[in-house]
Amino acid sequence: MTRTALAALLSHWRRRPGQLATLLMGLALATALWSAVQAINAEARASYDRAAGELGLSGLDALVRPGEPLAVVDFVALRRAGWLVSPVLEGRVAVGAGPPVSVLGVDFLSAPPGALPAGLAGLGEGEEPALLFTAPGVAFAAPALAERLRQAAPAGWPEIRADAAVPPGQVLTDIGAAERMLARPGEIDRLLILPDQPRARPPLAEVAPGLVREAGREQGEIARLTSSFHLNLTAFGLLSFAVGLFIVHGAIGLAVEQRRGTVRTLRALGLPTARLVALLLAEVVVLALVAGAAGVALGYVIAAALLPDVAATLRGLYGASVPGVLSFDPGWAAAGLAMALAGALVAAGQGLWRVARLPVLEAARPRAWATVSGRALRRQAGAGAVLLVAGIAAPLVAGGLGAGFALLAGLLLGAALTLPLALSAALALGAARARRPLTQWFWADTRQQLPGLSLALMALMLALAANIGVSTMVGSFRLTFTGWLDQRLAADLYARAGSGAEAEAIRGFAEARGAGLLPTAEVEARLDGAPGTIRGITDHPLYARSWPLLSSAPEVWTRVARGEAALVNEQLARRAGLAPGDPVGLGPGWALPIAGIYSDYGNPRGEAMVALPALQARFPQAVARDFGLVAPAGTGADALRAALVAETPLTEGAVIDQAHVKQISLAVFERTFAVTGALNVLTLAVAGVAMLTALLTLATMRLPQLAPVWALGLTRARLGRLDMARSSLLAALTFAAALPLGLAVAWALLAVVNVEAFGWRLPMHLFPRDWAVLLALSVAAALLAALVPARRLARTPPAAFLKVFADER
Amino acid sequence: MRPRRPAPPPPASFCSKYASRRSVLAHGLAFCTVPGAAPLAAQGFAGLGTEASGYAAPDRSPLVFPRDHGAHPAFRIEWWYLTANLTDAAGRDLGLQWTLFRSALRPPDPGAAEASWQVPQIWLAHAAVTTPERHLAAERFARGGVGQAGVRPAPFAAWLDEWRLAAPGADLPPRAPTPGTPLADGSGRAATASSAPPGATSTGAADDPGTTGTSGGDALDRLTVAASAEDFAYDVALTAEGPLVLQGEAGYSVKSPEGQASRYYSQPFYRAEGVLRLPEGDIAVTGRAWLDREWSSQPLADTQDGWDWISLHLDTGEKLMGFRLRDRARAPFTSATHIAPDGTPTPYSDGALTLTPLRTARVAGRDVPVRWRAELPAQGIDVTLSAVNPQAWMGLAFAYWEGPVRIEGSHAGRGYLEMTGYAVE
Repeated sequence: MTRTALAALLSHWRRRPGQLATLLMGLALATALWSAVQAINAEARASYDRAAGELGLSGLDALVRPGEPLAVVDFVALRRAGWLVSPVLEGRVAVGAGPPVSVLGVDFLSAPPGALPAGLAGLGEGEEPALLFTAPGVAFAAPALAERLRQAAPAGWPEIRADAAVPPGQVLTDIGAAERMLARPGEIDRLLILPDQPRARPPLAEVAPGLVREAGREQGEIARLTSSFHLNLTAFGLLSFAVGLFIVHGAIGLAVEQRRGTVRTLRALGLPTARLVALLLAEVVVLALVAGAAGVALGYVIAAALLPDVAATLRGLYGASVPGVLSFDPGWAAAGLAMALAGALVAAGQGLWRVARLPVLEAARPRAWATVSGRALRRQAGAGAVLLVAGIAAPLVAGGLGAGFALLAGLLLGAALTLPLALSAALALGAARARRPLTQWFWADTRQQLPGLSLALMALMLALAANIGVSTMVGSFRLTFTGWLDQRLAADLYARAGSGAEAEAIRGFAEARGAGLLPTAEVEARLDGAPGTIRGITDHPLYARSWPLLSSAPEVWTRVARGEAALVNEQLARRAGLAPGDPVGLGPGWALPIAGIYSDYGNPRGEAMVALPALQARFPQAVARDFGLVAPAGTGADALRAALVAETPLTEGAVIDQAHVKQISLAVFERTFAVTGALNVLTLAVAGVAMLTALLTLATMRLPQLAPVWALGLTRARLGRLDMARSSLLAALTFAAALPLGLAVAWALLAVVNVEAFGWRLPMHLFPRDWAVLLALSVAAALLAALVPARRLARTPPAAFLKVFADER
Repeated sequence: MRPRRPAPPPPASFCSKYASRRSVLAHGLAFCTVPGAAPLAAQGFAGLGTEASGYAAPDRSPLVFPRDHGAHPAFRIEWWYLTANLTDAAGRDLGLQWTLFRSALRPPDPGAAEASWQVPQIWLAHAAVTTPERHLAAERFARGGVGQAGVRPAPFAAWLDEWRLAAPGADLPPRAPTPGTPLADGSGRAATASSAPPGATSTGAADDPGTTGTSGGDALDRLTVAASAEDFAYDVALTAEGPLVLQGEAGYSVKSPEGQASRYYSQPFYRAEGVLRLPEGDIAVTGRAWLDREWSSQPLADTQDGWDWISLHLDTGEKLMGFRLRDRARAPFTSATHIAPDGTPTPYSDGALTLTPLRTARVAGRDVPVRWRAELPAQGIDVTLSAVNPQAWMGLAFAYWEGPVRIEGSHAGRGYLEMTGYAVE
């Protein structure tokens, strides 16, 4: 019996392979987007954890000699005095035609094991110490770079080993090989202070006068800074998953409806309800597992495709090093499968419930999904209103990113729930104005279909609103960011000095040429208790002219130049609740009043600006290494750049012109939102599929409603066209509802989520042209989705219409 | 009972690397404590049984001091190994170890720069303090070419970081001394049997001035030894009260029937006085110390998996050095040197000394003998050695057991025991 029943139930899919494909595709897509986001997040988190566990080179305090490299004798003197330090030599070197390669040289013997990338295979089993420690040495690079270097490495370079643990673009090697690669024999950039030091050591000033201790970057900072980014991704993943579930719900609902006859027959033949439900449940589970597996595989592909962008974003925005290669983690694969299963069960719940309660003797009339009464609609809308209010209240009651997302979730879900009522009201309005019978029927019939389409329309609205919101946010950000870059990058050239001699050369050059010079120095410090950067600047009229200040006190630049006040960036001001006039702590025993607050997009950390001499009085290691140069009248930036490279020891790579910096910044910006954009498009596509499945579901069930209209003389082709018109109308109405919602979402993103996540607030710009495109797209999608059922309707044989009247109903 | 303080975690990467590559260092003693790592059975332990092509082979040429106090980079491995049996005011037995190992990664290249990161020499130092209750150990690593570690024969200084075994007040050279170059004064003297007593150099003898860089004695006669770690430190002065002693045949010590050998001499006559700085406080100590110097390129046969080594200060003023090399293929190879109170050595070849484990203790997942019977009938010695602290485990990149022992039986006294190559079960 069971086998027969199973065969009977499954035969449905054999007869409707398209429906099976839709179901599987919907579930697979939903799972894929969700798993892709999870995979990316998992990869990033794993790499942060590794970084935190490893300390990393930047996590350790280090000794430096301000403005000059250290020498091997410094290392030896400290070591012999009982200071456990480990040398680091860094630099960039040109190789062949590609971009320059950054070389990181450490002493493989004394480097703390945690400071090197975990899983660096070469340092574990199987590497000859003799090869590592003696010429020519061994160097490790990410596979792509290793391949490039093998073909283009200059003579005398160490043997290059591919190792995915090394960050892209970097070559990690022993300091003995690095000093040759960089042509800097005997030099050391910094001496890492190892975590475990012996009991008693002489004070640093006695052992190595002139060296300065630099604080390491705080651990866990990356994870803290990037959490908002990952929350963003997760939110998108969930949204896609929810939209995907609408498809599954539609497809399963359709399958249940179409099998009512089979189900009734099976029940009449004596199959117990429990067994029947168990069979259908098993079917759903199997389908979910198959689709889930496909979804996880697809998700892996999507994640692998998106990960390089995500990695670039994280590196550009936060300095977090995430490998561009995805590793397979059974954890998220299992989680993806579980999500697919849970989602399918939720989506199938309603259908199964109906089957369980189906009276055996009920007539097997196909009918549209339960006609939802006005009261049910109002109840749903009421719930939606509650969600809307709760969402709006969230940021008022609680702070933090969580509240921001609660606001978004409340807005989206609440609006989605109220949508059917709103559409119903709009259609009633239309019906009231209709005079001709056909028009009246059109409005009434559209309203009649609303319950069946409402889920798909809700999905469409969610996708549209998210799309409008996100693209408004990104567009506003892009406009603001570009304008801000123009302001902030006022100098023509930016040069970085590798040594005190190079810095002197730049100063001499600027003086000789009459070029304006803006030296800056940076130190890591604790700003109001949190890690951040203090930038030392020199007085120059260019700052007053161009530096983007959001708010300021009188005489801001004069007071900063005199060392009496500091500027802080927006992030720091928001985080610490600072306003011009408040004091800001710049380190132990040093606080200055705030003269102004500047916007600092793209920088997740707190930053303060003070006069360079004031900074150097507190931090002797603050030596100006970065220089902005303003070309004198009559000289172009290119000419100045060429002269600078020709007349000073600076290399090409050390001098960047303004246009290039802008280009790099914008590229980072674009990459930041590339992932968001991709997910956006995918979500919209999923919503389109949801619409299609909903319409397909309805089309087969609407015959009884259409037959009388046909009998009254309307041609099948006309009926098909009317159906297409109906779809467009609903899509347009949905868009009309989605637009204000999308703008609300954009506002929430700009004014709440961004402020919480990044610490900056952006002005909102509107992009009506994008809306027109989106409207056209959604109507087109609805037309496309309606096309298949409409054509099918147009080709339905008249006999089928007649049978509606003949069949028992 | 486990040591109260967990052993410092070895730098796993290097540990496994060295162990797997069998290149290294070692006191003939050390191999890596990678959990589950089998003893390097196929090659003898710590690679000391591996082929030594390209390196110098030990010969029977006379040792010349102070030159031979310095490093011999043409040989693959070398060590300066100091152990001290100390007592505090309360009469507690305490132990101290200070060891500097040199390991060549490849034979020196005569044309290469002498001071650079890439000089193929690696140094490793071990320091330990043992009390009846606890055993504290630490290690350091250094590259050979930059001056972070090295040995200067006279005035004597052996160092790695701030760990130092050196003549008092000696400044260190700015960088590593050029390995293998003769001393500027060209001094040095063959420590052959030409002067009585045979086999011993009469350091400090008034009739032999100018043999060393220091006034009237050997460069090793007066030293201080210091080391510090996170949880302990020590600073101890050493004064030699007897001559250097050449082990084996005039400093040529045979390690297997096939003739594997090393150059080996000792200064077993130190009086020690100083301070141990332990977590519970500073402890003033006095006692006796023993310095071993040994270098070779292939000291073990490839079937020899580990060894048990003793250095005993007997209350009669006699000293006994002995070792037993355990062999997978045959009976252990033993060797011993009896040292009379005046420094006269009497070497004994294989079989004269019998070392018998009496009782084992569970140490770091291994069964390690911590009570021994040592018999040297030729000298009427039949003693029982028992560990002051059975948990004297050097849980370092190369793990082994090394700690002080009490001596009972035909003779009383104190000494040091070292055991290597005991596998995790």
